Amino acid sequence: VRRATQLMLAVGLLAAAIASAAMETPAAPAPPNGAGESEGRRLFVQGCSSCHGFDARGVENHGPSLIGVGEEAADFYLRTGRMPLDRPDEEPVRSDSPYDDEQIEALVDYVGGLGGPPIPSVHPEDGDLAEGQKLFTDHCAGCHQVVAQGGILPDSVVPDLGAANATDVAEAIHIGPYVMPTFDHLDESEVDDIARYVEYTHDPEDRGGWGLGHIGPIPEGMVAWLLAGAALLLAIRLIGERKTQ
Amino acid sequence: VSRGGIVARLVAALGGLRGLRRFQTSPRHREDKGGNDEAPGRVEEVPPPELDESSDPRAELIVALLLIAAAVGFAGFVVFYVAYDDTQLLGLCLGLGLVVAGVASALAGKRVVIQEKATDEYEDHGEPAEQRQVQNHLVEGKVGVTRRKLLFSSLAVVGAALGAAALAPVASLGPRVGRKVYETPWSEGKRLVDEKGVPISIDTLAEGEFVTGLPAGESLENLGSPVIVVRLAEDELELPEDRAGSAPAGFVAYSKICTHAGCAVSMLRSPKYEPTQPSPALVCPCHYSTFNPADGGSVEFGPAGRPLPQLPLRVAEDGSLEAAGGFYEPVGPSYGGIREDPDARPL
Repeated sequence: VRRATQLMLAVGLLAAAIASAAMETPAAPAPPNGAGESEGRRLFVQGCSSCHGFDARGVENHGPSLIGVGEEAADFYLRTGRMPLDRPDEEPVRSDSPYDDEQIEALVDYVGGLGGPPIPSVHPEDGDLAEGQKLFTDHCAGCHQVVAQGGILPDSVVPDLGAANATDVAEAIHIGPYVMPTFDHLDESEVDDIARYVEYTHDPEDRGGWGLGHIGPIPEGMVAWLLAGAALLLAIRLIGERKTQ
Repeated sequence: VSRGGIVARLVAALGGLRGLRRFQTSPRHREDKGGNDEAPGRVEEVPPPELDESSDPRAELIVALLLIAAAVGFAGFVVFYVAYDDTQLLGLCLGLGLVVAGVASALAGKRVVIQEKATDEYEDHGEPAEQRQVQNHLVEGKVGVTRRKLLFSSLAVVGAALGAAALAPVASLGPRVGRKVYETPWSEGKRLVDEKGVPISIDTLAEGEFVTGLPAGESLENLGSPVIVVRLAEDELELPEDRAGSAPAGFVAYSKICTHAGCAVSMLRSPKYEPTQPSPALVCPCHYSTFNPADGGSVEFGPAGRPLPQLPLRVAEDGSLEAAGGFYEPVGPSYGGIREDPDARPL
């Protein structure tokens, strides 16, 4: 909640700052595809231009150029709430977007108009689960864990994929958000396989008992110790005798 | 006053208090006991212990059987360890053995060894009658057990079986490392292929991407086989001078085996916009050893003690990648003196 308020405050301040700046300079830069200011362009100038520049060519040491990143990257970063950021050097993480769906669509249209790949169409239902697990293990599990619950890298957080849908997965594979490598050498059917596997991890079959939140062997071991400890206490009580005064 | 001084004073004060307490309690204690004063030195005749069969022979048999069962469990561990490699069965055998042995000792304590509780206030330790009594108690404790031989031999069996189970894993110690860390399948002209055997070419990867490389036609089991191939921006490379030319078109290759504990280095931190993001790094998921792929694999963070071994690359005429020689450093997890070998640089 604190984060959300901070974010809203930051966006508000930013909007105010840009609005006042816009009033001082009457000749606002024209949108690249001319003719009238679209909603997307207006939102971009308000919320994104301080780091990505009014012309979307980036601002040195603040944010990269968005020319050619396409709808794909814009959709990923905006729909998952990773953008806008409070500070340019902050790690983008999944959060509630300050924009509503229409605003996101408008922004995605605007950034897409600057060139670049479209939002990919993914078909996890055509994917092969076993192949997906294999590919995920080879390419993704190093950081995201084989159960897709995320982890850490020095100086960054590897996201849990529990909230990621098939489109998010395909987009991330193509664009490599933040410090994730891109995996452009994977073809479409392989991406479908991986998306299928990621969807499977949202509700995996727990063979052999309790999943315990699928957070790995350490919590499971702790539970084992707890049970073993209780059993030991019981055994001690049976063996020992109460000392009577 | 120094800290040591305070501690010394506290200890002295405690000692003093204890002494005071003793001094206060002893006379009163004597008064309580005053009623039954017998002349010291008078030897009271205590009869030798009566050998009633107070121990339960059935319990002894059960204990012996339980001990043998425990021994069977431990022996089962050894048998499964050698014959059938299943950790679940191994755990089951060892666990059952320990639980049964535990039950046996609890039972022995309750039913076999004679239980006697005595609270005795020792006024004077010099009384021969009391000494005799204590001796008798000890003798009774031993004599009451009727099948000592059976019990002791089962105990010996269980001890031997547990010892064997504890020693069995020694069989798993591998062969000596030997020259394995210096002799890898890589040599000048060896092609790099991916996990499917497809040659890796300069078109395979874009900047910021990585792939696992293997030596064409060699055993994948070899510690030196897997490499992690990363493509960096050429202007980003800061390789040592003697490694110039080892990274054509920004391609660098490093052994995939972490120099710390030998895990697979499977994580690449690959920033999209460096001014606001962490720099490129190869990271091992086991203990987060972090290596810099741009400067020859130096350790940036984590427990690794030496750089990730780099494999020099070159581009063949058809655009595929091949090794320009062996690794610059011995591969694999580190041990004392790994770099002191005269052949530690096999290039």
